[in-house]
Parts: sequence; structure tokens; C-alpha cells
Amino acid sequence: MTNAEPGFFDEMRSGSQVREAYQSLERWHSSMPDDLRTLKQSEAENLFRRVGITFAVYGEGGDPERLIPFDMFPRVFTSPEWRKLERGIRQRAAALNAFLADVYDRGEIIKAGRIPEHLVTRNDAFEKAAIGFRPPRGVYSHIVGIDLVRTGRDQFYVLEDNCRTPSGVSYMLQNREIMMRMFPQLFLENRIAPVDGYARLLKKTLASVAPDKCEGEPKVVILTPGQFNSAYYEHSFLADLMGVELVEGQDLFVEGDFVWMKTTKGPQKVDVIYRRLDDAFIDPLCFRPDSMLGVPGLMSVYRSGGVNICSCPGAGVADDKAVYTFVPEMIRFYLGEAPILENVPTWQCAKPDDCKYVLEHLSELVVKEVHGSGGYGMLVGPKADKSTIELFRQKIVEDPANYIAQPTLALSTCPTFVEEGIAPRHVDLRPYCLVGESIELVPGGLTRVALKEGSLVVNSSQGGGVKDTWVLAE
Amino acid sequence: MRLSVHHVSRYHFDTPVRRLVQTHRLTPSDCASQRVLSWEVFSEGAVKGAVYRDGAGDLIETISVKGPVTELVVEVRGEVDTTDLFGVLRDYRETVPPGTYLRGSHTTDADADLRALSAEALEGLEEETALNRAHALARAVSGAIAYSPGLTEPATTAAEALALGKGVCQDHTHALISVANAADIPARYVTGYLHSTSDGEAHEASHAWAELYVPGLGWVGFDAANECCPDDRYIRLGSGFDAQDAAPIRGVLAGGVEETLEVSVAVKSQTQSQHQQQ
Repeated sequence: MTNAEPGFFDEMRSGSQVREAYQSLERWHSSMPDDLRTLKQSEAENLFRRVGITFAVYGEGGDPERLIPFDMFPRVFTSPEWRKLERGIRQRAAALNAFLADVYDRGEIIKAGRIPEHLVTRNDAFEKAAIGFRPPRGVYSHIVGIDLVRTGRDQFYVLEDNCRTPSGVSYMLQNREIMMRMFPQLFLENRIAPVDGYARLLKKTLASVAPDKCEGEPKVVILTPGQFNSAYYEHSFLADLMGVELVEGQDLFVEGDFVWMKTTKGPQKVDVIYRRLDDAFIDPLCFRPDSMLGVPGLMSVYRSGGVNICSCPGAGVADDKAVYTFVPEMIRFYLGEAPILENVPTWQCAKPDDCKYVLEHLSELVVKEVHGSGGYGMLVGPKADKSTIELFRQKIVEDPANYIAQPTLALSTCPTFVEEGIAPRHVDLRPYCLVGESIELVPGGLTRVALKEGSLVVNSSQGGGVKDTWVLAE
Repeated sequence: MRLSVHHVSRYHFDTPVRRLVQTHRLTPSDCASQRVLSWEVFSEGAVKGAVYRDGAGDLIETISVKGPVTELVVEVRGEVDTTDLFGVLRDYRETVPPGTYLRGSHTTDADADLRALSAEALEGLEEETALNRAHALARAVSGAIAYSPGLTEPATTAAEALALGKGVCQDHTHALISVANAADIPARYVTGYLHSTSDGEAHEASHAWAELYVPGLGWVGFDAANECCPDDRYIRLGSGFDAQDAAPIRGVLAGGVEETLEVSVAVKSQTQSQHQQQ
């Protein structure tokens, strides 16, 4: 066992002590013979390959056929830890939806001077087509993925919010499934809160936001860009689990006041569309005219109350990296509460003072593109060489508004299997919060782990893996 | 002025189309400068539905036609009473924040020449009213792009039209939006009808112009193609970021199908005498 990296919070060990939550896992791994571990690891890989889960997490691109490494050492949260996280996540999901409902209607938060207007109205993700309309139950973002990191015993930070169509939840479900299959004994010895209710909750959430015009049982479908999309596996997996149809744009059409699905028994009305397609592609008559993936006229039916689209086109304005800075303000403004989860302090290079500070401290900071994702276009100052830092200096000087910077966070570590046994590796967490008639959250999420020693980048495109995430029941 | 409109769009498809969907922004809405007396949009063989008013206040109707069809005719007939308000759009119900129209689109993105045109037009006018600055921008665009039909296409960008120095109302409008945005003035594309006077001064019965946001007044129309502000010869249909976003008719065709479109528009004044009676 390699010792904890100094200066970083280790989730299993406090000095020479093993925290209570990890004690049974400590016994489990130390009594596991090396050859069994190797065997199990290859068994896990085979299982992942067999179910076909080889897509890139979070739409990061890369080779869609590549298997994302699965680390068998679970990551554990105690019940009190999770309770706090859960309250914070629910609070954040509620505030983000309140923000969307506000900026697409009266814009009170702008009028009150709590967020600059241009950050909203000049934002590419702000959709004119969503203005002057209230979606069912006033919910805009139905699946909110919140990326969290831990830096101390009680310290959690939100790295970013994902209000559009966050992916990766199939990993959360499959990681658990595979762990249970390989190590059933672990699940008898520990009381681990189940996550397999996710599909049922997702379906309940989607059905709860059917439009008023829907009579009887709402017809829910998942709209996918098709099998060449890197997350196609997840789309079909979720459709399967929920028992709903997986459709492509060409399977749907608009007639009269509704959207219809072509079936062998004739057209069937569709009430709720969980779309895994970007705004720009969903309706060529409203957005990109060259889109062959969408449904012509879909936005008209949506706006006239004949169908619901989850998430609402334009939901992305709430998860923009520049808007992110204002989420604590949203929580205070709409909910009148103090934020439970903290934001990472962020410098906006668009502001001259901030930009000056960033340029002077590049070697200490993490610099990100405002609209970037997947760990691309990112500078991790302390780990970068001089030429990379200079490259970023130029980029920031040329287009300051395109960059934000944050302090390099001391991401917590979690034991991870390596050649020599186990060693601490840095992790993050993405829980999936469901917002409909009520706000629902399964206990857990997707833990990503930076498999390279010392690396702080957990993205799968840059050597990241995934872990099963446990929340211990009380 | 009482204006009557008869607008026919006749689409012909070289291959029968199995299913056809269009959105229509073809119905004018009431505001201080226009009152709709009667209006009808008719497409034979089409199912009409999914009608809504967008955030910019425009009425959108959606039609679908179950094929196979080789022809679709969209016919618009109506009468509107218009009043000259010097281009000012008043009493129009909309909720889009004006700042949204600072973004433009790839059609209106300013290149160095458009930015220069904007800066030159406003040089020395820093102390002028916002309205005068808007007029200066419209004049600059009128001067920089000569009216000349047949040289530009629907996809021509503002930058391309300026480089060519020639174009039609669509190009003037894209260029005006571009130079306005370059000066941090919200601007948008407006479509409508124009009653052509007998002296042949005005161009194009199916017309487009720009609206610029002037604090204190609100949205004000500027027709750079005709070097004027919209008056009682104009009927306003709807707006958007650019020609495509504001298009009165939007449709898509399956790959490989070619369409030909014949359009006829007649905008007539119902009686000059009515003016005299008042």
C-alpha cells in the first residue's frame, strides 16, 4: 500500500487509521490474493465488453470503441456525508431551474442587478425560441448532473453544472451491476444503498412533466442522434431499462397539434421526448436548417403545448462556465437560502483585474475555455511545462472573454488498484438529480478516477477510469 | 392607408414528397402602426396546427401535408389599416430582451470592413442621440450597397454583400444589423409587405428591413434599401436574427428533392379617397 499523497485528503485513511466507512474494504482487498485480483479485473473487462459499454463518458470524443478502465475498488460515502451532499445537490438543481424559468420570462434576477444581463442574453446557449413560454411544471432542466470534488473531510466544491443532457449515468448503473456480480459477498457484508431505482425515477420524472394536453398514461420516448453517437449505448440502455422506445428523428413526425411516432400499428402520439440531441439539431424549421437528425415542426408543437422536450431547448444557459459563478447568488435570490455546496473561486478573464491576476499566476491555476468540455482546451498550471503555459498566455491575451481560471484544487484521493497493490488516486463525482413533479436523487453517482499517479485530470479521454460509488445505508 | 395583400407561393417538387412540414410566419400582428382587418393563410390539402405566438410577438402556424405531393400552394389574403409612425414599433406584445439581438448570426457577423463602416458612420456622433446614430448607420449602409437585384443569393452574408457593393433588401438589412451590432446597438431582421407607389420608387412588394433598438423609443424600423423609415406603405409580418430566422415560410425537403418556387405578391392601396374622407 502506497501512502497517501501529502497535502491531499485521502478518503480511506487518516494518518495510519482506516476510516470506518472503508474498514471492510480494507479487509477485503488485503485478503485478496494477487491472482484473484488479476482474474477479477479481466472478468470485469469482459463483462463491460459484453454489455457493449465502450463509449466515451460525457461526450468527450475519442475512440468510441475504447473501453473505459473500471477500477474495482469502490468509493464510499457515509450516510451523513451523503445527506449533506444530497441537500446541496437538490438545492442547486432547484435554483438552476428557477433561474431558467426567470431568464426566459421576466428576468427578475437581471433587473435586480444580481447577474449581468449580457452574460445571459448574449450567451450562445440562451435560446430566443424558449422565451415567452412556460414548459410543463415550469421545469427546464430535468436531469441535472453536478460535478463535485472533495478537498477535505467536510469540504466539497462544485466544479460545474450540466443542465442539458448529462451523460454517464449508465456507468453508474453498470459499475454497480458488475461489482455485485463479481463480489456478491461485499454486498452482504455492507449495507449499501441501491442505485437501480434510477430508471424508474427517470421514467416517473419524465411522465410527471407531460403536457396538459396529454390524457392518460404519457407516452415517453428517448430521441437519439443514432448509433454513431458516442453515447448511443447509454441511450439504448436507458430506453431498455425504462421500457420506452428509442427513436431517431426520422421515426417521428409532426401533424396537426402533436408529434407522432411511426409504428407498425399506425401513428402513435408522443407526449414527452427525452432528447439526447443538442438544441441546434432538434428542429430544422427553428434551428439549424441542415439538421437531418431532428423533427421538422417539433418546436411548434412544443411551444403550443402538444409535447414536452427534456431538457428544454436553452437550458444550457444555466450551466455556462461564466454563469456558474452566479449559482450561489441564484440560490440566495430564488430560494432565500445559504448555498450548501461551495463554488470554486473563479477568475473571469473578461474582467481586466481578474485577467491580470490570471496571467501573473498561470503556473498555479487551472485555466478553462468558457464553452469547453471534456478536459480539452484546459491548462493545469502546476503540471504544465513552460511552453504550454506560454501558449495559454497568448490565447488568453487574444481572447480573454473565452477563458476562466480557478485555483488548482487538491482533489481527494481514493484507493485504486495499481500494479503494486493499491495506491491513492484522485477522484471526482457526478450525481444525477432528477427534476419533475418532485426532485429525486439516487444515493450515488459516477466516480471518475485519474489513473495516472499524481494526475488531477479525471477525464476518460486523458487517462481517467470509473469506480462504483457507495453510499452506506444507516 | 388601407392595404390589401394577395401573396401566392407555389412550390413545385421534381420528385413527389412523402411528407411536408412548413412553419409560417405569415400573419401580421396588431400594433400602433397597423390594425389587421382580415387575414387568411390557406394551403390546400394541408393540416394546420401547433399555432403559437413566439417571444418576439409573431404568430407561427405549422402545416403538414401527407404526400405524395408534387405541388404546394400557400395563399395569403388580407387587409390591414396602416398608420405612419416614422418606423416606431409601438404597442407590440413581445418579451424578448432587446439585448438578445446583439448576438446576430453567422450571416450578420461583422468583418473588418463592416466594423470600419460602422465606426466611420458614427465618427463624431458620440454626443448625438441614439436615434440620430441609428439613422447615420442606415445611411452608411444605403451608400455602401447599391440596389441591384440578381447578384446576391439567400445565403449571401453581410460581409459578402458589402464587398460586392450591391444587393437587395435582404443584403441591406443584414449589413445594417451587422454595423448596428458592431456599435453595440441591438438590431433585427424584419419581414413584411411594401406597397409600391406608381412612380416606381419603392422596391419589392415582399420586403425586408431592419429594426434597431433606440432607448426611449423602443424598436425603430430602418429600410436601408429605400433610404427611409417604414411608413403607412409597410405591413410588418415578423422578425428574427437574420433572413433565415425571420423567414415567412420555412420548410425542409428530404435529400435529393429539388423544388422550384414561384411567388407573386400584390399589395394594393384600397382607396386613396379614404384618407381624404378623414
